[in-house]
Amino acid sequence: MSEPGTFGLPVPPPTVNLETQRFWDATREGRLELPRCDDCGDVVWYPREHCGPLGDSSVTWFEASGRGTVYSCTVTRRIGGSWRAATPFVLAYVELEEGPRVLTNIVGCDPETVHIGQAVQAVFDPTPDGPALLRFTPA
Amino acid sequence: MYEHPGRELPDRTLPQIHAEVAAGALADAGLSLDDVDAYYSAGDAPGFGALSMAEYLGLDLTYIDDTETGGSAYLVHVQHAAAAIAAGQVNVALITLAGKPRTGGAGPGGSARFSSAPEASFENQFGMSVPGGYALAAARHMHEFGTTSEQLAEVKVAASTHAQHNPNAFLQDVVTVDEVVSSPMISDPLHRLDCCVITDGGGALVLVSEAVAASLNRHCVPVLGTGTAIKHTSGGRIDLTHTGATRSGPLAFAEAGVTPADIDYVSIYDSFTITVLMTLEDLGFCAKGGGGSFVSDGALQAPNGVLPFNTDGGGLCNNHPANRGGMTKVVEAVRQLRGEAHPAVQVPDCELALAHGTGGSLATRMGSATLVMGRSA
Repeated sequence: MSEPGTFGLPVPPPTVNLETQRFWDATREGRLELPRCDDCGDVVWYPREHCGPLGDSSVTWFEASGRGTVYSCTVTRRIGGSWRAATPFVLAYVELEEGPRVLTNIVGCDPETVHIGQAVQAVFDPTPDGPALLRFTPA
Repeated sequence: MYEHPGRELPDRTLPQIHAEVAAGALADAGLSLDDVDAYYSAGDAPGFGALSMAEYLGLDLTYIDDTETGGSAYLVHVQHAAAAIAAGQVNVALITLAGKPRTGGAGPGGSARFSSAPEASFENQFGMSVPGGYALAAARHMHEFGTTSEQLAEVKVAASTHAQHNPNAFLQDVVTVDEVVSSPMISDPLHRLDCCVITDGGGALVLVSEAVAASLNRHCVPVLGTGTAIKHTSGGRIDLTHTGATRSGPLAFAEAGVTPADIDYVSIYDSFTITVLMTLEDLGFCAKGGGGSFVSDGALQAPNGVLPFNTDGGGLCNNHPANRGGMTKVVEAVRQLRGEAHPAVQVPDCELALAHGTGGSLATRMGSATLVMGRSA
């Protein structure tokens, strides 16, 4: 397996496709770009070229703040494969300031201190191929 | 119906286990492979799914269905088979499940299929495990409703009191709340004993038309109501505190013309203790957020609890073939309605039973399916 990234967690390269190219390109520059529905105004997660709830509506991309709060979290202590060496680590849903709940890791802190409601800020953890993973650290 | 007695099957291939459970269920019904005109399988069936398995089993079919919703798929198959029978398109439907995650062989679904999913790079990159996902749901439930680890442990304790009577159960020892909460933490707040077992095995169901049923020398259990619903991340608006049972349950109850209070026995998919607690709330057996207090004080323990559940020991103790628990939920509900559960856990005068499956993950997307079944037509 490849070497762990900046925060000691695996940094598996994502699969980039035509729909997600814009999202991943922005992460290379440390920016969080997200699609917003042109009809309902909701910000769509995971990134795609149409509104999730409305299905057939178009979207416009914008730069999000990277600010959020922990919606739920768990300290993973037992897991197989390449993640085993990274335990204990925090798996979490972060609710972005712009609305979506994003599956991620909370890094750069003691895992035991992470809690629901905690304010967090996006960090970009580069993968070997260039795109960076969207993780969060306490604000 | 039939449940494979094995929990470790290193000397059998996956298709062989499908064939064994098919033969077992048909023998139980008094039918043979030649009688089957419809076959249902899910992601655990290798190759082309139902097509490959039909060829392997030697089935001559005019109806197949490969609906895949993870571990709940077999309950969805019951719904589809009942509809096809009601429409006069099917006389004898066979549903099989087989898997050997304990001793090797193909896992459910197939990794290539999952790695090409549109959500893959937004979930797989973060160390999402099955227990980790359910732990996210449990942690949020605790945060919003004050649910405790001790309350979750009550679910496992009830399952273990039932499993002691099942000679095939993978885990047959009765455990206490203390033993559950002091077992190793896997992913906070879920301990090892909050998690289901990993076993080989399988099961099969046979559904028949009323005309065929009348010709059989076997107690046939009527399907009175069915409901299926999916729940997913809704473009980033996932709510971790409820399941698809909030929609599949009312559909099944309405079709059956009954309410939760009428149900004598429940088989609830128990991938983890939290799965049971949330499902009971969502099906209306208690208020939302009240699951923790509902399951306390032996409420789920047969035969005298308020709502006896999973009297075979469930996925938490008995088995979880192919990492899919829906099939055995239906099997044990049928045993209860036939009066063929173990005498120590047989619910007296069991007239109405509910089986519920939750496939996928509480943390992302799930297929929920509910069946209400009766003792006699």
